[in-house]
This record gives sequence, structure tokens and C-alpha cells, in this order.
Amino acid sequence: MARIRLTQEGVVLALAVAMCVVFSLALPNFLTSGNIIALVRSVSILGILGLGMGLVVIARGIDLALIATMVVSVSWVLSLTTNSGVDLGPALLLGLVFVVAIGLINGILIAYATIPAIFTTLAMGLVVYGVGRGWLFQVDVQNTPEGSALFEFLGRATVLGVPMLIVAFLVLALVVWMALRWTRFGRFVYAMGDNPAAARIAGLPVRPMIVAEHVITSIIAYAAGLVMAATASGMSTRVYNSTMIYDVLLVVVLGGIGLSGGRGGVRNILVGTLLVGVLLDGMTIMDVPYIEQNLIKSIILLCAIVVDSIINPRDEQTAQQEQGDI
Amino acid sequence: MRMFRSVALALTLAIGASTVSAVQAEDKGLDNHVKLDPYYSGLKGKKVVFVPLAMGFDLTEGWAAIMKRQAADLGYDFEIRDPNWSTDAGTRAITAIIAEKPDLAIIHNPDLQSYARLEQRMVQAGIKVLQVNLETTNPTDYYVGADWVKVGLIEADALVKKCGKGSGTSGKVAILEGQPTAASNLYELYAYYKVFGENPEIKIVADQAATYDPAKARAITETVLQQHPDLCGIVGNWDNQDVGAGAAVEAAGKSDQVYIVTSGGGSQTGCDNIKKGLLDLIVSYDVPLQGNALNQSIVELLLSPAKAGEIKSTYFTPLTLQTKDWVATHNCWTLDQLK
Repeated sequence: MARIRLTQEGVVLALAVAMCVVFSLALPNFLTSGNIIALVRSVSILGILGLGMGLVVIARGIDLALIATMVVSVSWVLSLTTNSGVDLGPALLLGLVFVVAIGLINGILIAYATIPAIFTTLAMGLVVYGVGRGWLFQVDVQNTPEGSALFEFLGRATVLGVPMLIVAFLVLALVVWMALRWTRFGRFVYAMGDNPAAARIAGLPVRPMIVAEHVITSIIAYAAGLVMAATASGMSTRVYNSTMIYDVLLVVVLGGIGLSGGRGGVRNILVGTLLVGVLLDGMTIMDVPYIEQNLIKSIILLCAIVVDSIINPRDEQTAQQEQGDI
Repeated sequence: MRMFRSVALALTLAIGASTVSAVQAEDKGLDNHVKLDPYYSGLKGKKVVFVPLAMGFDLTEGWAAIMKRQAADLGYDFEIRDPNWSTDAGTRAITAIIAEKPDLAIIHNPDLQSYARLEQRMVQAGIKVLQVNLETTNPTDYYVGADWVKVGLIEADALVKKCGKGSGTSGKVAILEGQPTAASNLYELYAYYKVFGENPEIKIVADQAATYDPAKARAITETVLQQHPDLCGIVGNWDNQDVGAGAAVEAAGKSDQVYIVTSGGGSQTGCDNIKKGLLDLIVSYDVPLQGNALNQSIVELLLSPAKAGEIKSTYFTPLTLQTKDWVATHNCWTLDQLK
């Protein structure tokens, strides 16, 4: 199994490298450090969200409320600071409480009320967005407060010429990688994803684990949102209505994290993000029209899902669980 | 306001006169019932429904605030059905409106086609249809909003002035589209290509859709700047989106080199972005002015004896060019001022 898993990741990596080579030969200025940084930067938010999504998908769940959580929490923080005159510190704390609450509700509904994750989070996304639009902010584009040190830092600072956005992505990737690899929590995540029933019989705290995963994923979404707001000098809640959630799933599935759980890791997300980045950057340079871009992206997602179901076939013994199985 | 004052004046005069002799006042015609009665009673109890693209952004919130105020003042019913960027939800809302038969429906169209047939059905059902700022291919009773071709021509001309013949620049420009199928986008694109086509020194190096998303505008601009470090100008569809392009240009340290032209409702947010140097020119279609024009045409449509679809009128709202100099000497509107 391990060998086959490597294959999907390998195929995607090879594809990304091949496209890189083709673009470098065909498009002048593709293989410059500036363009590579722009390329990685343009998909870093997607990558950060992919880390959050990857975590729940490995544990055989899914979080479709990810974008809503990101958009509403950060818009609220920005609205509090720019319109209601709350200081950034307390506002950030309120935002954190808000996303933790969303994660808790998601987790509790999935773990204790045993509602499948796909329905819970689909509905929660709508609830979160509705609450935001109804009570938390007035207009759907919120600007970052002027002269705020935090947003200036996240948006403009560089480390050895690499923008903070990319640094944030890499640091988060490292943290998630270590958590999955070296901690008991990480091993439990894989055990649950591989076979929830067995994990439970073996005495793993499956239900608290599900709650914890969703809380962590919500916090990652919050971090992604803060970085996003910093780089675009604002947050548009309209992102919720875009196809971004599918792009996040694209990154996760493309990289080779099976939707049936228990497989893959941070490396897969990095590879998936890289391929999407190369693809988007190349298409922008070639000036491919919007509709064709979407078509190409969705065909690739479809292919990735097909490949996923061929090389990660459903395990008859562990499929059809009441929870998390999509 | 003036109307209110004249009514108040008429009333005070009428009351004052009535102490002397009510009959005398009426004889003098100071209660002005010939004008007042058909106006106020003609509007009272009428029903108006507004279907925006979505609430919650400067344009629709601005119009709605102004329209609500007049509706409350004149005693007609004003309702908002918010489809929240979903054409599908909007279609359902309009279908429901056809069954309800209000007197007037105000429609903000997501693209040139989607609601066109439904609007014809509304007209057939006797509902007058006022299209606001984004029109369909089928004209209905009224269109109040920007002339998008003109907006596009002004934007493109401004760029030609900066990047065209004799400017000593590369002549390279990038186009940032909004929603590819929206009326604003298609008419503006027509204007851009027309003007740029007439000026061969202008080279269009990118034409990409940012779909109203500033983050996407930023990513596209970043990539374009990598390919064309000598880019001279960017022309975009909407200020709220193109602020992302401005951020990318600023991050590349090319704010002085790249001239960014866009259009918008002229709100304080847009003006702030000009002050910050993120945008250079906003062709503003002036939301408060559009709101007042909407109010005027609502009254006209509600009072007019013409049947739905009988007369088709258009009012292209005036445009303002907002630049750094303009912003320094003018006030931009905020939502709180309109409420």
C-alpha cells in the first residue's frame, strides 16, 4: 500500500516538474526567482487551508465550513477594529473565541450527535456566513486598519527575500507535519481515519479527537484569513461564494490524501499546492481566459478523484461507517 | 426636503388661514390639492420590491438606504429580496414576485441574459420593471445607472494618455475583468478593445478575470508584473476588486510606474484607496446621485398611467473622475450619511 500511495504523490510531483520544464522553455521569465515567489505566494493561502482540510480528511472527515469560518471570523475582527473602535488585540482574541466555538459546534455535532461531517459542515458554513452577514459586519469588504503593525508585518515583511505569507505557510506546514508525525494525537488521527471502529475498540478517545480536529482546523482557517487580509489589505466575504472550497479540496485530493481517510500527509498537500500553483501561474502568463481556466482546473480535480479511487480503493471492511465516511 | 418644506409651508398657511376663514384659503388654492392629492394618494400603499445582486456592499446598501428613506416618507411599501450573489436564488425571488404582483420591481442584473426573460414575464404580468446599474439585453420600463460603454471609454482614454503615443513608456497594459458575463464587464471590454485597437502603441499583455475578488486581482497582477516588469497601466472593472492589484503594484515598488484605472460607486473606501496610492483613477458613478435618480424614477413609474412595458426610458447617471487631486478637495460618501 505504501508503495502505491507513493505513486500518486509521485505522479503529481512528476507532472508539476514536467509542467515547470515546459513552461520554463516556452515562457520567458517563468523560471525567475521573482516569478517562483509569486507562484508560491499565489497559492499559499490555498496551501494553509489545505493543511486544515488535510487534517480532517486524514481522520476521515471533511470541513466544508472552512471558507465561511475564515471569511466571517476575520471580517468580524476587521469590522470591530475599523468600525467599532475595538483595539486589535482584544478583537483578535474575540475572533479566536469565535472560531474555536465554530470548531466545537462542528466537532460536537459530528462526534456526539453522529451527523455525517459533510452535512454538518455544509450547514455550518451557511450558518456561520448568515450570522456574519446578519450581525457581525455591515458591508462585505472590510479593510485592514491603517498603520497596524501586525498586518503590515504579515503583508509586507520578508525573510531572506521570501514574503511572510510563504513563511507562514511553511511554518504551519512544519507544525502540522510534526503534530501528525511525532505526537500521539497524530498517530490517533491516522488510526481513526484508517478504521474508526477499530480505533474506538482499541480505546482511543475517538469522539474528543473529532472535536479537537475541528477546533484545530478552524484555528488554521483563522490564521489563513489573517494572512489573506494582510496581503490583500482587506477581506472580501464574497470569497465564501467562490469556488475556493473546491480549490482547497483539489489541493488535498490532488496531492494524494485519500477521501476515505487514513492516508497521506503534509507532503501530499505541498505537492498538490505546487501543482495547482504551477498550473494557475502558467495559465495566467499564457493569458488563458477565465472560463477555460476553470474548465482545466475542474478536469484535473476529476482526474485526481478518479486516480484516488483507483489507487486508494474503498476498504469493504472499514467503509460504510456511520461517521465521517464520504 | 424642499417638497417637505413646501408641504409644511402650505399646511401652516392653510391652518393659519383657516382660523380666519377656511373657505377663503381653499378659494386661494393654497392647500394645492390639485397637485398634492394625486401625488401623495397615488403613492400611498403602492408596493415596490428590490432584487439586488446582494446586500452588504457599498452600491446596493447605498441605493437601498436612499430608496428606503423616500418609501417611508411617502408611505409606499419597499421590500428587499436579497439573493446573495446567487443568480439561482434571484430567479426564484423574481418568480415569486411575478405571483405577488407588486406595482414595481427594481432589478440589479447579474449578467446580460439570466433575468431577461423573467423581466419580460413581469412586464406581461403588469409589473413595471426598473433596471438598476446593470442591465439585460432587453430594455424594460426604465434603466437608471451608468453607461458602461462610456465608463470603459473614459478609462481606456485615461490609460492611452498615460501609456500611449509620446508617453515614453512601454505601452503595456493589463485588463482585469470582473464577472465575465456581467453587463458592466462586457460593455467595458468592448470599449477597451475599441480604444486600444485605435492606438497601436498600446499592447494588451494580459486580460484576466478577477471575479470581484481583490486577492485574485493581486495574484494576477503579481504574475503579470513578473512577466512584464515594464507594465505601464492596469484597467479594472471595480475599485473594491482592483485594490488588490494596487497592493501588488505597491509591493513591487512600482506605484509610480503603473497607473491603475478603475470604476466604482465613489464611496469613502474607494477614496481612501486613492489617498493610500493603491488606485490612481476611479470613474465614479456616484451612488448617492444614482439613489436620488432611482427615487425620482420610482415616483414617476408609480404615478404614470402608462401600462408596464409601454414606455421605455433610460437615465445614464453622470460620472465623476476621482483622482488624488479630486479626493483632496471633495468629500466621499459613507453609508451612515445616507441612512
